[in-house]
Amino acid sequence: MNTPSPTVPTREGAAVELRNVVKDYAGHRALTGVNLSIAPGEFIALLGPSGCGKTTVLRALSGLEAISDGQIMIDGSDVAQLPVNKRDIGMVFQSYSLFPHMTVMQNVEFGLQMRKVDAASRRERAVDALEMVGLGHLDARYAHQLSGGQQQRVALARALVTRPRVLLLDEPLSALDAKVRVQLRDEIRRIQTDLGITTLFVTHDQEEALAVADRVAVMRDGNIEQIGTPEDLYTQPATSFVATFVGLSNPVDGILVGDRVNVFGTSLPLLGTGPAEGAVTAYIRPEDITFSSVERGSGVPATVVVSSFLGSLRRTQVRLDDGTLLFVQHEVRVRPVTGDRVALTFDGRPVAVSAREA
Amino acid sequence: MTVANVMTDDLLAPKTPSRGRAVGPRSFAAEPGRVTRTVILGIVGLVFLVPIAAMIEFSLRVGQPVNGHQAYGFQHYTAVFDPVNSAAYGVLFQGILNSVGIVAITVVIVLVLLLPTMIFVELKYPKLRRVLEFICLIPITIPSIVLVVGFVPVYSVVASIFGSYAWTLSFAVGIIVLPYAYRPIAANLRAIEVVILSEASRSLGAGWGSVLWRVILPNLRRGILSSVFITIAVVLGEYTIASFLSQNTFQTALLLVQHTDPYVAVIFALIALVFAFILLVVIGRIGAGSPKPRRLRGPRATSVSGAPDSTAPDSTALTGRTA
Repeated sequence: MNTPSPTVPTREGAAVELRNVVKDYAGHRALTGVNLSIAPGEFIALLGPSGCGKTTVLRALSGLEAISDGQIMIDGSDVAQLPVNKRDIGMVFQSYSLFPHMTVMQNVEFGLQMRKVDAASRRERAVDALEMVGLGHLDARYAHQLSGGQQQRVALARALVTRPRVLLLDEPLSALDAKVRVQLRDEIRRIQTDLGITTLFVTHDQEEALAVADRVAVMRDGNIEQIGTPEDLYTQPATSFVATFVGLSNPVDGILVGDRVNVFGTSLPLLGTGPAEGAVTAYIRPEDITFSSVERGSGVPATVVVSSFLGSLRRTQVRLDDGTLLFVQHEVRVRPVTGDRVALTFDGRPVAVSAREA
Repeated sequence: MTVANVMTDDLLAPKTPSRGRAVGPRSFAAEPGRVTRTVILGIVGLVFLVPIAAMIEFSLRVGQPVNGHQAYGFQHYTAVFDPVNSAAYGVLFQGILNSVGIVAITVVIVLVLLLPTMIFVELKYPKLRRVLEFICLIPITIPSIVLVVGFVPVYSVVASIFGSYAWTLSFAVGIIVLPYAYRPIAANLRAIEVVILSEASRSLGAGWGSVLWRVILPNLRRGILSSVFITIAVVLGEYTIASFLSQNTFQTALLLVQHTDPYVAVIFALIALVFAFILLVVIGRIGAGSPKPRRLRGPRATSVSGAPDSTAPDSTALTGRTA
């Protein structure tokens, strides 16, 4: 079980390219010229806050939304004018979209029936697809007899059984509880890697995006703010939005001088290129701050506000004497108590900065 | 420090409430007790049963009471089907045939005009849903007699085109039944998330024809059947329009026969009541219908790893719980 069957694998993943894609709704521009290239077999996550246009990109690629301008290329052909049922894509939706009047097996066979695959091949491929997602034994059930996680697995099998050129995942995990979400997320990644299918995954959950994608595209206001590997996004955010949206950052006031930023009396190297010299906002990661008891060493004095146990680490919020609140991430063995006086030091890692807003 | 650790808060936050928690029936302070409910039900039942019992008793009477004793029998029932009386009751049978024809055409109007319109609005123009609902509900707010006043000049044109046949009443009756036909289909459309289902089937390669026939209509079966049965019941009970437009239908014929043979009129009224009762039972069964308990293969729902899936339904799900 859980190994790709000879009847399931896709052909070589397709290259996908969005060229200056614009989508206008009445009086509102949802996509403002999106450019995105996805290599064959690549797993791209579209990440962004609600309303940033990530689902619109996915629906435009699928054909469920007609674009206002631009090109959508799949394997070098512009498919922008093709209806959704002719684009040869597989799609898994956020809500459970199984056909309630059909059994699991009939659901999975549906796409093959539409492609007029003969009954024997259809059954064989559907069985293999269900085995691939670990649900071969539930083929006779109806959707309402399955849990949410099982329904999404069936939806995944249904999307993959037709050997689509591109797999589109529209927040498929958001309706599931935490444990199943992580389980299924890893399943999706494993299957995608096994099949080598080009995949676009929309999510607002940064952990999901960073955990499964080869590259993550962070979207904001209808366009892609930055695209890169998860490590790149986290360690080298191109903009203040990416710095604050991906992971946790402490925005603090600083003075930019040359390629260094002065923060709380400490000079930190600048990450990438910054704005004009002068007053800036610097974004310091919680794990780049260390604290010790105020008696033991020098540093910026602060008072512990609250400390949270997060399993393998602890996150503590402190208040500087000037009222600034900062998050510090540290080992669980260190157990600060509310009201403790501590001294903060900065690890000297490069920090992202942006011009300070008035 | 790993990236994943940073988002532990997100990971730990449950997105959905746990399933399987038994939710018992709520008890309200003002809810009547069992005795009160039984009394109310009994009174309401009597209100319905007494007239029906009286109708049955009346239809079984034979002749006049003699010395205070009434004789009973099935003479009036057998007389209905006696060829000797065919001329007397011909108008009634013709009225029934006409009503059946009107029912058939009205159902076709509902299925060919109303149903596709509702699906189209739901899929393409959901903002027009309220407008369509308003239009469909208008007939229920206008008394039939008022509608007839408007229909009369229209039907002078209809008669000049199609002739003055009873089946042309279907056009008017098709409007009268709109509120009743609309509701069950609308409720069913909302329940099945028709947009998601159509998008899913389209993404799987289905054309609009397949989406309609293979996905949407099968899932609207309950709504459509309820709508059709209610339409049948409404059409068979319609009197005002047929009477004012001088057409012979079941209801108008019933009134006509009542003047000459009240027993037969009551017999047919009883038959109509039984038919309506059966229709209501069928509608109720359809509305409450759930898949039959199925013998399922395999163990209880498990996750890929074999561990119980935390969102797996409890054992009731395995015996055909409705969605």
